[in-house]
Parts: sequence; structure tokens; C-alpha cells
Amino acid sequence: MSAAGDTDTVQALPLGEQRRRALEVAGRVPDPEVPVLTIADLGVLRDVRVQEGGVVEVDITPTYTGCPAMAVFTMDIETALLAAGFSSVRINTVLSPAWTTDWLSAEAREKLRAYGIAPPAGKASRRALFGDDQVACPRCGSLETEKVSEFGSTACKALWRCRACAEPFDYFKCH
Amino acid sequence: MTDALFTYVLRLADDAAILGQRLGEWCGHAPTLEEDIGLANVALDHVGQARALYSYAAEVEGKGRDEDQLCFLRVERAFRNCLLVEQPNGDFAQTIARQLFFSAFMLPFWEKLTGSSDATLSAIAAKAEKEAAYHLRHASEWTIRLGDGTAESHRRMQEAIDLLWPYTGELFEADDTVSELVAAGIAVDPQGLRAGWLATLSRVLEEATLTLPAQGWMQTGGRDGRHSESFGHLLSEMQYMQRAYPGHTW
Repeated sequence: MSAAGDTDTVQALPLGEQRRRALEVAGRVPDPEVPVLTIADLGVLRDVRVQEGGVVEVDITPTYTGCPAMAVFTMDIETALLAAGFSSVRINTVLSPAWTTDWLSAEAREKLRAYGIAPPAGKASRRALFGDDQVACPRCGSLETEKVSEFGSTACKALWRCRACAEPFDYFKCH
Repeated sequence: MTDALFTYVLRLADDAAILGQRLGEWCGHAPTLEEDIGLANVALDHVGQARALYSYAAEVEGKGRDEDQLCFLRVERAFRNCLLVEQPNGDFAQTIARQLFFSAFMLPFWEKLTGSSDATLSAIAAKAEKEAAYHLRHASEWTIRLGDGTAESHRRMQEAIDLLWPYTGELFEADDTVSELVAAGIAVDPQGLRAGWLATLSRVLEEATLTLPAQGWMQTGGRDGRHSESFGHLLSEMQYMQRAYPGHTW
């Protein structure tokens, strides 16, 4: 389908339907650092508003204040919405309420585990923040695990190791 | 009130930006790969906080400046960060001592600031608080490992604590800017954090078999733009791109 055809199709729809379409398209954008998760899975996508003329406004929230993926999210959301036939995209960053790992759905946690990243253990409570995590190995499920480093390959992860199966793995930190 | 708020937010932004810059200097130089990544991650948190704070400061100021102009186009005397965050990395123990003193203050500071009547500061604080919890845990674990380690690591960790101690007094300074905003329910009264800060340090240092220095004489000046000798060198590196190519954008 040509881009021009898409434009005619999407912008001819009722606004409510356009919003639903925009939410779906934006929500499918993957996390560049954890590609099995989309921004909808993460809870980074907060709201979408559509006005006449294919004008879309998207609210996103950062996981970590300095998360470098935010710049990539912004570009990818814009590209995806333009490709879907919307004519202009504006992206706002909202800080409140602050994102927390509690917003990860059960499905998102299972996707993380299957990908080899241990999902955040329990609630983002103060206990968890201060290191009382009990983390199951994403490979063998053993709780015989130990922290190697507070910080892993990205700001949102820590580096752990399984003592049962010897697998080193990333742990998505409670936040 | 607008002037005071601008100054207050700018001080917080400068603290975060300068500490982020200092920690970034470790990238590729840390003692282990994990620590290299760890320090870079902490730096990233501070740079992220600085971006949010500079953007807000620019909005409060309302003169058309943006986050980049505030960070990269101001001269040394215009920076309002405390002297502690600009102190050179030194050896690894000095970096850890700086992290311990600062994060032990910032964790309760951000916690309190979540109750600010200023909605933007409260939102930034809610995110920064969780990051600060990790920073304090990281610094505490290293302080204990080095202090309660070999004779050499113990000696160096104690020297680092003693060396940086005189720069901690500034964290608790409350001038007219702070007092005005505390009265308005916007800012945190730093004096109220001192007892908790000392208790945190005492607990960590005791476990590390290290000694908390006596109160003593304290350095000051950063909040008014009087910085230490190494600060100009830090800025020249941090601001290199904008100085070489004024107005350059990516």
C-alpha cells in the first residue's frame, strides 16, 4: 500500500478510530535495549490524542531519568505514526506519576524471562531498593543466585549469576 | 520568588551535571569492567537529572535559554554547584568517598522534595529518589569493602574520607534563596537532614572500620560561583564542543 493511500485511509476515519489506530501503532514500537518488549508493555506510552488533519500528540514517560532509549523511542514513534498515515507527530515527556517496574504486565515479565532477563522481583518497595531482592535464574529457575554488579548492560539492569547452572544473566531492577 | 526558584533549580542542575561529568571521566579507566559500567550508569542518572532540572530552570527563567545553553554556554563563575561534586576523581577511594557523602545527602533530600508544593520539582524528585537509593547502596558497599579490606585499601579510604570532609558543610548551607523557598513549601530545609546524614555515615563507616572526622572547618563558595582550581579544566572539557563551534547542534 502506498503512503498516499495510507494517508487517505487513516485520516478519513472518525477521530475515535484514528486514536485507537495511533495507540496501536505507537504501542508496537519496541524497546531498543530490550527488543522483546514494546513501549506499551513497558508502560512508557501514556496517552495519545488525535486532532483533525492527522495531528497526533503522544505522551511518554521515562523509565530512568537518564535513559538514553528515550531519544530512540521518540524517533521510532514519530516514524511509525508518519508511516501509518498521520501527518504530524508531537511527543511530550511527562514525569508524573513516576514510572515504576510495578507497571510491567505479567505478560511483559514472562517475555523478559523467556528472553533471558530476570524480571523485577516483587514490588518496587524500599526493601527491594535496598537489596533484599530474591532473584530467580531466568534459565533454570533456581533461587541460588548472586549479584555480580549493581549495574548491568543498561541503567535499568543489574548483573547477576546463577550458582546452580552457572548462567550469568541480567536482572531488570526494581524501580 | 522567580529569581529564587531559578537559582535553586540551577544549583540542583549544576550539582547533577558536574558530578555526572566527573563520573563520566572514569569511563574506560575503572578498576574492573563491572565498575566501569557501574560508574557510567551512575553518571547517566545524574546527566538525566541535570537535563530535567536545566529544562525546568530555563522555563522558570523565561528568557528563551534551553538546557544546552545553561549547561554549555555559562562561564565558571556562573555555575552554582557545591564544591564537593567538582572535586577531582583522585584514586578510586576518593571517588567512592565523594559518592558516599553526596548520595547519603541526596537520598533523603529527594525524598523530602517529593513533598514540594512545586509540581515539577516533586515529579523530578520522585524519579531521582529511586536512583539515589542505588547510588547510596553502591557507595556504601564499596566504602565497606575498601575500609574493611587490606591495610592499603583501609588507609586510602580513610584518607579520602578525611580529604573530602571539609567539602560537606556546603550541603547544609541555607542562604536567603533557600530560606525563602523553604517558607513557601517549595524547597527542602537542608539543616533538617543533617542528623539523618550523620547517622547513615556513622553506620557505614563503622562497618567499614573507618573513623568519621570531627566537625572542623568547612569550605564554602560554590553556591555563589567561587570554585576550586580544577573546575575550569572540567568545564573546558565539558564545554569543548560549544566553545569550538558556538551554536553547533547535532
